[in-house]
Amino acid sequence: MAAVAQLTLEDLRAGLGWRKQLDKLFVIVGLLVMIACLAILAILFLDLVRDGASRFGWDFFTSFPSRKAERAGILSAAVGTTMIMFVTALVALPVGVAAAIYLEEYAPKNWFTGIIYGLLALGLFVYQFGLGQSVLSAGLTLALLILPIVIVATREALRSVPKAIREAAYGLGATRWEVTRDHVLPYSTGGILTGLILGLSRAIGETAPIITIGALSFIAFLPPSPVSGEFPFLNFEWLRSEFTAMPIQMFNWVSRPDQAFQANAAAAGAILLGMTLLMNALAIWIRYRFRKRINW
Amino acid sequence: MQGEQTSPSAGPPSVSITVEDRKAVRANAPKARAEALNFWYGSNQALKGINLSIPEHQVTALIGPSGCGKSTFLRCFNRMHDLQPDTRYQGSIMLRPDDINLVGAGVDPIEVRMRIGMVFQKPNPFPKTVFENVAYGLRLRGVRNRTDLAERVEGALRAAAIWDEVKDRLSDSALALSGGQMQRLCIARALATQPEILLFDEPTSALDPIATAKIEELISELRQHVTILIVTHNMQQAARVSDFTAFMYLGELVEVGATSMIFTNPGKKATEDYITGRYG
Repeated sequence: MAAVAQLTLEDLRAGLGWRKQLDKLFVIVGLLVMIACLAILAILFLDLVRDGASRFGWDFFTSFPSRKAERAGILSAAVGTTMIMFVTALVALPVGVAAAIYLEEYAPKNWFTGIIYGLLALGLFVYQFGLGQSVLSAGLTLALLILPIVIVATREALRSVPKAIREAAYGLGATRWEVTRDHVLPYSTGGILTGLILGLSRAIGETAPIITIGALSFIAFLPPSPVSGEFPFLNFEWLRSEFTAMPIQMFNWVSRPDQAFQANAAAAGAILLGMTLLMNALAIWIRYRFRKRINW
Repeated sequence: MQGEQTSPSAGPPSVSITVEDRKAVRANAPKARAEALNFWYGSNQALKGINLSIPEHQVTALIGPSGCGKSTFLRCFNRMHDLQPDTRYQGSIMLRPDDINLVGAGVDPIEVRMRIGMVFQKPNPFPKTVFENVAYGLRLRGVRNRTDLAERVEGALRAAAIWDEVKDRLSDSALALSGGQMQRLCIARALATQPEILLFDEPTSALDPIATAKIEELISELRQHVTILIVTHNMQQAARVSDFTAFMYLGELVEVGATSMIFTNPGKKATEDYITGRYG
């Protein structure tokens, strides 16, 4: 023991001073990185808004595409995107949550091959059923695209339910399904919805998969309305309708030789980006609300 | 024998244990009996040939150093191990009066858990209302009638000595309660389903001394209605609440007897070493 020199109070203070400096340095670096990210996003967004400023207005939202840039609008694209997102969410949520529950609560150890075959089968299903260039096939394709995101987020959410809570329910005589239905799922709703919204905000900007299934870039009509005035009030014809979507419309405008269309593209881009940011904000808000309600 | 402090050997100062002046208790007829019970986690044998009777409407405490298998033994009674893969029982725990082997291969673990209640180490209320916590077990059993539910929930909360504290907060979140209240709520939740045996797995290890005292008092009272098996790290607690104490070591049952006997005049050297604080 005697061989080891005793640290003096001065030594301790000198060391502490240095460590506190390091602490501050980290805060500054972190802040700088964050500001840089936000600044780049803001610059891109403002640039789009400035380029597209001349086109913002009610007409832009209520007009179909047109040969003339100043008369063209995003009506069919916005409606198409909304419908596709609706189908995507409607498919990705139950399939993703079911898959995650199976993987997390029921699956034996060789689950991996199972999920791969499952996704393959779903893919084949979409392409082989001859759904063609329809809203339904676009929605299914995008659902397939975001399924991994939804599944991973849901598994994470399910796993965050403490073992003690599951044991409490099992201890009262609940079956595995009752534990999942009454406890695990309700307590992880926040995480699941967050995952779904993040997935959707990824899907909303996707162009390539929609082009593959043949979205048209010039559509001057709306799909039939899902709601009708007479019995049975619901109409599923819109699922089979041809469509276009926001990113497709943008892509089309950007590739026009006429410079006037660039403003349209920028305006549509700004709107799409705004929608994405809004969805992300919604995800953050949902997560915050659920965290506040349930803290383990 | 009663009230007598024994320090049979010189050595480290013995833990001061006050055994209350209790007549040497006579064991009631057994509610359950473990016979030659073995248990494995994978290839690791955690319980070795346990034989133990659990007398009806009395409190039996399981004590022993960490890793001795006392919690493992407790969790055999409601088949909690079945939730883990690669676990195996051998032998039997016969439940009276119908002589069902709780760990038998043909016996449904869910049915076992419907009959045997459990209170866990850390209070684990559901993040639901106070009322829903207690009502959950009843709902699982198909009780739908509102007044029926309300009556039984109140009865369980009264039995768990928490009714007065929560009667105006039945629709508040259970997570807003204090730690001790949460644990009594968990006891009420288990009591609501009228279990035949109630298992306590170190129920006060996460609680402060005052909350602990309330739980111990409650356990002492509950024995009139339900057979109790309790695992505890705390020897004073075993001495205070239990009628019988079983000492386990390395997966084996070393000794069992009336609590006053075990703490004042243990029959085995290992028991004596443990209760005098030589290891633990």
